Amino acid sequence: MTGTAQNGLKDKLLTFRHGVHPEEFKELSNHQRIERMPFVEEYTLPLLQHIGAPSKALVHKGQRVRRGDKIADAGSFVSVALHAPVDGTVTDVGLYGHPNGQMLPAIRIKADPFSTQQLDQPPQRQPEELSKAEFIAAIQQAGIVGLGGAAFPAHVKFNIPEDKHCRYLMLNGCECEPFLTCDHRVMVEYAEELIDGTRILQHFIQAEKVSIAIEANKPDAVATLREAAAKVGFPVEVVPLKVKYPQGAEKMMISAILGEEVPAGRLPIDVGVLVSNVGTIVALSQYFRQSQPLIERVITVTGTAVRRPANVLVPLGTPMRDLVEFCGGVTEEATRILLGGPMMGIVQKSLDTPVVKGTSGILVLTEREVQDIDTFSCIRCGRCLEACPIFLNPARLGLLARKGLWDDMEDYNAMDCFECGSCSYVCPSGIPLVQSIKVGKAMIRERKTK
Amino acid sequence: MVNEILIPVGILAGLGLVFAVILAVAYKRLRVEEDPRIDQVEEMLPHANCGACGEPGCRVFAEKVVANAVKISKCTVSSQAAIERIAAYLGVEAGAEEKRVARLLCAGGKREAHSLAEYAGTLRTCRGEAVVTGGPKACAWGCLGLGDCVNVCDFDALYLNEDGLPAVIPDKCTACGDCVEICPKNLFELMPESQKLIVQCKSLLEGSLAESKCSVACTACGRCVADAAPGLIEIRSNLAVVNYELNQLASPEATLRCPTNAIVWVEGRQFEKRPTVWLPLGRVEKYTEDI
Repeated sequence: MTGTAQNGLKDKLLTFRHGVHPEEFKELSNHQRIERMPFVEEYTLPLLQHIGAPSKALVHKGQRVRRGDKIADAGSFVSVALHAPVDGTVTDVGLYGHPNGQMLPAIRIKADPFSTQQLDQPPQRQPEELSKAEFIAAIQQAGIVGLGGAAFPAHVKFNIPEDKHCRYLMLNGCECEPFLTCDHRVMVEYAEELIDGTRILQHFIQAEKVSIAIEANKPDAVATLREAAAKVGFPVEVVPLKVKYPQGAEKMMISAILGEEVPAGRLPIDVGVLVSNVGTIVALSQYFRQSQPLIERVITVTGTAVRRPANVLVPLGTPMRDLVEFCGGVTEEATRILLGGPMMGIVQKSLDTPVVKGTSGILVLTEREVQDIDTFSCIRCGRCLEACPIFLNPARLGLLARKGLWDDMEDYNAMDCFECGSCSYVCPSGIPLVQSIKVGKAMIRERKTK
Repeated sequence: MVNEILIPVGILAGLGLVFAVILAVAYKRLRVEEDPRIDQVEEMLPHANCGACGEPGCRVFAEKVVANAVKISKCTVSSQAAIERIAAYLGVEAGAEEKRVARLLCAGGKREAHSLAEYAGTLRTCRGEAVVTGGPKACAWGCLGLGDCVNVCDFDALYLNEDGLPAVIPDKCTACGDCVEICPKNLFELMPESQKLIVQCKSLLEGSLAESKCSVACTACGRCVADAAPGLIEIRSNLAVVNYELNQLASPEATLRCPTNAIVWVEGRQFEKRPTVWLPLGRVEKYTEDI
């Protein structure tokens, strides 16, 4: 059943066990070329755009900044720097709405209306001249985080401990969330940068094998990347994977390609694998070759209620309202706005929050698509068990969460759940399984820190 | 024929005898001497196992009381009479513990606080709402009003009032802290009943911005600071903070000029606005018995 690399069936696509296959809806935006978003008036840059400690602001009210200037320094090792996406003036350093619903410290910059917005940064030293420690420090200074959605600082991931060996470098271009197409477009349009970034990274980690995993619904990306790799003679294997959700979760990808399982609570590097999103690698190349720190990213604005679905290269800190308006605004039927895809995306209550490093898409759905379902009792059908990609028991976990039995949830390995939402998707009784598990996980974490 | 019945009966009776002897010996030899007063004290405790005393349960608390490691009055669930009964039984001092009550540090109910959206999720709990961008309320610190605290309370000491805010009934509250733990916004605080000057707001936003989200937000205008005894109240990151070490200096005077009613003088129950009595000193919320 598991299509592993070892089974020799070349024509059979590799995949992991369990999972679901939601309708894709990628055709809304997968042929839209990446457009550059024009500069808007004001930008809000939260100091916490990544996992870890918040960055420390280096600027004060009234200070002039140039595009690409560092405006905040890393707060600790698991933290990154932050850069100004525009030429302009800092108008405030204070509390502003964050896409996670909190009010968090942020730097607000008013853009110069008539600036050329040229990136004005001194040229970088070529990465090949750097030592490994310098390379890691440079990535932290560039503010690069994983652009797949979790926004984990890239330098922490690339800093492989001495006692571990990376034998396999996998680039993640699966993009298994329905609707989202930003990684797809990045692979097609930034193929050269992607291969170049991979070379830079490979220079430092010296993996035995490098591959790019792409779901088979993106044949143009597979072809483009094979061509780009062949042109520079870089040995990289482009692996098409079966279209299934959550194929893009790193543990699922490893299980699909290598047929190996990453133990619970461990990282891919513990089995000798380094997984990185394709966008992150492009950012790496852009930093070392064009001296551009992470100040913009590609975001898919899509959904049946968006007038002009598009893939947009957006400066970080752009208010979501401006971004949606750039895409023609929303139609009258728009009822719900999600940040991210329909499976893992978080419903937003306001469009006044800014785009952050972890934003991969904005999805606007119509009333027909978000019809509320009634919740019934669990009928013990076991579909959630068959859907869960990491073999948990979502029905049990959901029940324990609703009863407030947090310790029991931990015994049932609730903390291994990565909230893909497959259980809620398949539940015929409409039970909010992943939602309950999320609540339980938050509760367990809070009790631990107390 | 008779033997077929007698032999198994005999064997079983023999086995029973052997095990009885083993048990009898074990009872004598392995017996752990325990203070009989522990059982007695436990019997007199309320059996709530709520954890308000800081111990894992009533039994452990009873053990510590008998060992004189804690004062009996730490059990806030017991009535004063029950505490005195235990004290008399053990012949120790009851100790004096001031009654503490859970207070909600938010007064932004349905009428006062703005909502940006409507929560449509099937998981209708505050915790469920909080994982979706912190709930629909415009104020990121505000009470979500779905009553997780009401559900978790073992003593029926909370109810959702008509404004959608959980009100604590001080007589029933045992300060066990369950509501403090469950609240996703950390809005509850256990306060001694003598702390009557309460800032019912946690918003750290600057004045007009905070008020644009909720009509009872603290705008950090500083009037209460000026009206209260020196040092009693200070403004810390856009919020008035009462220094309870100087609690004996507190008076309702500080609430008099508050433009948003964020700082209040609470006698008894919170949010009991109906029978407001205007005293020369300020607004005093009177506690009424009816619910």
